[in-house]
Amino acid sequence: MSKAVSALNGASFSGMADVIETGLTGMITLRGALSDATFQQAVVDATGCAVPAQRKVIQVGGNVVVWMSPDELLIVTDHAKAPAMVDTLSAALKGQHALAVNVSDARACFTLKGVGARETLAKVAPVDFDGAAFSTGDVRRSRLAQVAGAVWLNADGSFTIVCFRSVGQYVFDLLKTAAHPLSAVNALG
Amino acid sequence: MSTRIASSASDKFGRLIDRSQQITFTFNGNTMTGHAGDTLASALLANDQMLVGRSFKYHRPRGLVASGSEEPNALVGLGRDNRFEPNQRATTTELFQGLHAQSQNHWPSLEHDIGILNSKLFARFLTAGFYYKMFIHPRPFWKHIYEPFIRHSAGLGKAPDKELKDADTYEHFYFFCDVLVIGGGVAGLQAAKTAAASGAKVLVLEQNAHWGGRAPVDGGLIDGKAPEVWIEETRAALAAMDNVTLRDRCMGSGVYDHGYALGYERLTDHAPNQGGPRHRLWRIRTKQIVTATGAIERPLSFAGNDVPGVMLASAMRDYAVNWGVTPGQRVLVATNNDDAYRTALTMHEAGVEVVCVVDARPNGGGALMDSAKAAGIRVETNYAIKKVADGKRVTKVALCAQNSDGKDFEEVEVDAVAMSGGWSPVVHLWSHCGGKLNWDETQAHFRPDANRPPTSHDGQGFVIAAGSANGDMSLADSVTDGAVAGAKAAEAAGYPAQTADAPACTDVDEAPMLAVWSMPAQAGIKLRMKTFLDYQNDVKVSDVQLAAREGYESVEHTKRYTTLGMATDQGKLSNINGLAVLADSLGMDIPQVGTTTFRPPYHPISMGAIGGEARGEVFQPVRKTPIYDWNEANGADWEPVGQWRRPFAYVKSGETVQEAVNREVKNTRENLGLLDASTLGKLIVKGPDAGKFLDMLYTNMMSSLKIGKCRYGLMCSENGFLTDDGVVARIDEDTWLCHTTTGGADTIYAHMEEWLQTEWWDWKVYVANVTEQFAQIAVVGPNARKVLEKLGGMDVSKDALPFMEWRDGTIGGFDARAYRISFSGELSYEIAVPASQGQAFWDALMEAGAEFGVMPYGTETLHILRAEKGFIMIGDETDGTVIPQDLGLHWALSKKKEDYLGKRAHLRSHMADPDRWQLVGLETVDGSVLPDGAYAVGGGVNGNGQRNTIGRVTSTYYSSNLGRGIAMGLVKHGPKRMGEVIEFPGTDGTIYKAKIVDPVVYDKDGEKQNV
Amino acid sequence: MLILECPYCGVNAEETELSAGGEAHLKRFGPGSSDDNFHDYLFVRENPRGVHLERWRHANGCGKWFHAARCTTTLEVFGTYSAQTTEPPQEIKDKISARRPGWSWREFS
Repeated sequence: MSKAVSALNGASFSGMADVIETGLTGMITLRGALSDATFQQAVVDATGCAVPAQRKVIQVGGNVVVWMSPDELLIVTDHAKAPAMVDTLSAALKGQHALAVNVSDARACFTLKGVGARETLAKVAPVDFDGAAFSTGDVRRSRLAQVAGAVWLNADGSFTIVCFRSVGQYVFDLLKTAAHPLSAVNALG
Repeated sequence: MSTRIASSASDKFGRLIDRSQQITFTFNGNTMTGHAGDTLASALLANDQMLVGRSFKYHRPRGLVASGSEEPNALVGLGRDNRFEPNQRATTTELFQGLHAQSQNHWPSLEHDIGILNSKLFARFLTAGFYYKMFIHPRPFWKHIYEPFIRHSAGLGKAPDKELKDADTYEHFYFFCDVLVIGGGVAGLQAAKTAAASGAKVLVLEQNAHWGGRAPVDGGLIDGKAPEVWIEETRAALAAMDNVTLRDRCMGSGVYDHGYALGYERLTDHAPNQGGPRHRLWRIRTKQIVTATGAIERPLSFAGNDVPGVMLASAMRDYAVNWGVTPGQRVLVATNNDDAYRTALTMHEAGVEVVCVVDARPNGGGALMDSAKAAGIRVETNYAIKKVADGKRVTKVALCAQNSDGKDFEEVEVDAVAMSGGWSPVVHLWSHCGGKLNWDETQAHFRPDANRPPTSHDGQGFVIAAGSANGDMSLADSVTDGAVAGAKAAEAAGYPAQTADAPACTDVDEAPMLAVWSMPAQAGIKLRMKTFLDYQNDVKVSDVQLAAREGYESVEHTKRYTTLGMATDQGKLSNINGLAVLADSLGMDIPQVGTTTFRPPYHPISMGAIGGEARGEVFQPVRKTPIYDWNEANGADWEPVGQWRRPFAYVKSGETVQEAVNREVKNTRENLGLLDASTLGKLIVKGPDAGKFLDMLYTNMMSSLKIGKCRYGLMCSENGFLTDDGVVARIDEDTWLCHTTTGGADTIYAHMEEWLQTEWWDWKVYVANVTEQFAQIAVVGPNARKVLEKLGGMDVSKDALPFMEWRDGTIGGFDARAYRISFSGELSYEIAVPASQGQAFWDALMEAGAEFGVMPYGTETLHILRAEKGFIMIGDETDGTVIPQDLGLHWALSKKKEDYLGKRAHLRSHMADPDRWQLVGLETVDGSVLPDGAYAVGGGVNGNGQRNTIGRVTSTYYSSNLGRGIAMGLVKHGPKRMGEVIEFPGTDGTIYKAKIVDPVVYDKDGEKQNV
Repeated sequence: MLILECPYCGVNAEETELSAGGEAHLKRFGPGSSDDNFHDYLFVRENPRGVHLERWRHANGCGKWFHAARCTTTLEVFGTYSAQTTEPPQEIKDKISARRPGWSWREFS
């Protein structure tokens, strides 16, 4: 619906990295037996993506499937398509023990890109974001300073960051602070 | 006189300064000049500013003792206004244009201080433990006389103005490596070089702006080159390696469990106008740590060893070589080792007259002593300083035989004294996480015991000491030890073993030092009372001896009693000398006495760095609902609820908060109110075993709930206490949606996951926290149905959507789920729409509701409306000790279910105790509002002589509907005492009288909500 | 500051990502249990110097609970393992035995 707005309505900041709130983004929490053939087929049919391995993401077309835990995936898709995809998945998994739920509006989503992106993240999360340790297709759930978040590295070199909607402003301000143009560390490759 | 050494003396002097660049700064309001590369300390010396502060207790004049972070005296207030910082060391402060420094702990001025009387009149009294002994009687004096006096005279620097916010920013940085080398001296650089050759990822931290530590000052040859040449080559080679990160101005501050270490990087202290963060705290995880932190020279214990102009021999050499300044023109050197002869030779070369080298050793030293003699310097062995004459600078020194009591002495006129009592390895970082030490009798110091390192997650050692920090004091030993440490560290981190090849070094052989803990050996009490151990805390040899006489045997107790080593320098200079005095007094060996505990940080770090980015707008997360901005723009008086901000009330202009609440309460009862209830927890529970699971979690039955219906439920902890409540809706055959309290959303979600993962892992249930997926708006009041019908869409009539049911549909074109539930006793709907449309839906309700008298209401109105109905609130009526039975909620405890969390606990004897306080309504006799949390008193007193309590107020409000105060409380035997008046003494002295009544004071039959 | 490897997502998580959950392998006593058993279940906990079995949750991570075998004095970690077990697996017991021969904890050794 046209009246819908994302947490920060596309706010952006440019410093040693660019921080962009992605606007309305479709997201689905899918819980089930990740190794089950029916489950895997349902994911492929709905998203075009295979079920990713531990701490990996798979991107096909506009869809991303993110490994969240041994029994949970996060599917990222068009905001408008998410409700129908939930129905598709629920139908395909009928009779299975699984849960598909639309969480598009429960989240805020950011893109972080530019030369300082890795160091920006390394200032807020206790995670090794060095190029040798964190590569394309990797995902990490951790804390972003004082709140929980998930971060993955896209094929185009940008990071996607997902947090709860209520703390979207906090995470934006946090990334903005960490990406201060005069704060490059020059320690991560 | 303290001056800059002329550049004509030699190229050697002033290697770190650029004499072509003048820098202007102020000290105590006087404008002075220095050079680029100076520290504040070297610049002060160049300006003949010998006096830099007053001591803590006796206000004795003090000057620079050291040249690095171990400096105890030269603490200044730095900067102005919102950049002012007290207690900054002049020795670690790099000079910059416009630097503004203020000395501390004196009044009215540094030159003329009244507190000096302490020294002259009371020194005899201000001994160890003085405060404990003196101020204990009479008791009442403490609060009004002693404490204000002590507070006035305590503390060094002044705290920054509390109204001003620090203008700078700070940050953290997480970094992961294989080998962390702390210290960029020759040992550290060599360790890094060897480790890096293996391919290991190496981080090297150097606290100063320049690399190489002491080697360029102390001399010798590395690989046939002058140390500074080898240092620069090695540094450049390391910098060029992809697997090496070098940071200068970055101190290794602490070593913690499992390879965690902190680095404190000072980014702009030397260039305040550079912009960007001021300090960066490196939060490092590493497999191995090499501590190449060097060694610190010890003072000698002679009377007047604190007079300005008396400094460590190494510091005098540093000032001359690094910054081209000399603290005097006629200097005396006192030593118990060979190293101090380097100072004598250096000063001699700089054109300073070296009056005498006083060597306590009976036979003096080796080659370095010979060189001094050859240079024509007077050298005396078995000789000592008896006393340096008091004053604001050194003028006269009495010398005597070391093995004497000083009765026979000669006097010499000098203006500076260099002293060396030997060297102590900097073992702090080795010891932070449990590394043990051995006493080295030959060198008279504690050094790391490589067989007892701190251990990591695998039980293996993860810290390796190197160089002089490891007790390897010569240049050659130090560099070799660095290579060995680097090789060991890389191998322990999982990299191929490296041969520990170190470059050949040329150095002068040194004769053994002699432990000298008192100068002269038989110094009497008058001398010992002027012999300082801890400069910053004014602890003298006589204080430690007194503590020993009074029975203090443990070094940790003596430390606290005398305050030895408790100042901001944490005893870097004083500890070993103090231990030696204590050991001697107790008739024990030094290793028997042991050391005090080394704790991080090595050197004080800024609070800003510890806080990192967490200040201002990102001090802490503020959780915001989709309607936050509208609330903010419409007068919300915010109430923090956990990290959420919820409107307490919407205050219109000209209104008080209380008036706004009164208006909202009345309007919601009479017309139409809207509440932003988005913060309520919403958990989806789905699966074949979901019903069984919820039956275990809730005290009442949830599996029997029909699809489309809602039920209010209670949750207890396993020990029976009420923890959360909320309305549960059955969505479909195997799906329920559980509402929790605002504060309970995350904890109840975690609680569910805990039981599913750790106890009932074979149950097929999935839980998803969808709290933030929805904006949820309570539409409340007699006109609630009218506004929804006006917006149009789903049928919300009494028959289509009865009380305690829910339906999906659309309202005003919005996808919505409507719950017909009421926490107010009014006709009420809670409407959930996707969060992205929350604001639009709220706007639609406000617009459509205008003709029905719509007003938003806040949490206070929510509370009052529920209290009028006698509904409990988790956190008001409950506090973690309250069970459902206390609140008259027996009806919600299933008797049919065999088991649920809390059921077994409710059978425990004290849970069934009839004397438990129980929920009642409270009505003040005069209509006033009871104070929140007030206790009701009964007859008699308890064991402490306090009146017995028989109850307390849990909720209390002014009800504008009823025109009087309403309250609920827990009262002993309450429900059986209806009509009885009990007393609540207020903290204001008033006795509030209240009658025990039914908690439901509004619409007792519940007619209004069921229309 | 501890590091524990989460057996579910494989991350070496530092303590700020984790929340501690107290003693492991408690046996739940419900309705029908004796007062003593229920009391011990609620309140009586091991507090050893040395080997300890604990529950942890990867709270700022994958959200999963797991078990850790750890030394409370040296902080040595012998291993982490699944939460879905009522006793430490043999492999973990062996790892503890290798480092602390003769150890025992409640009924395990």
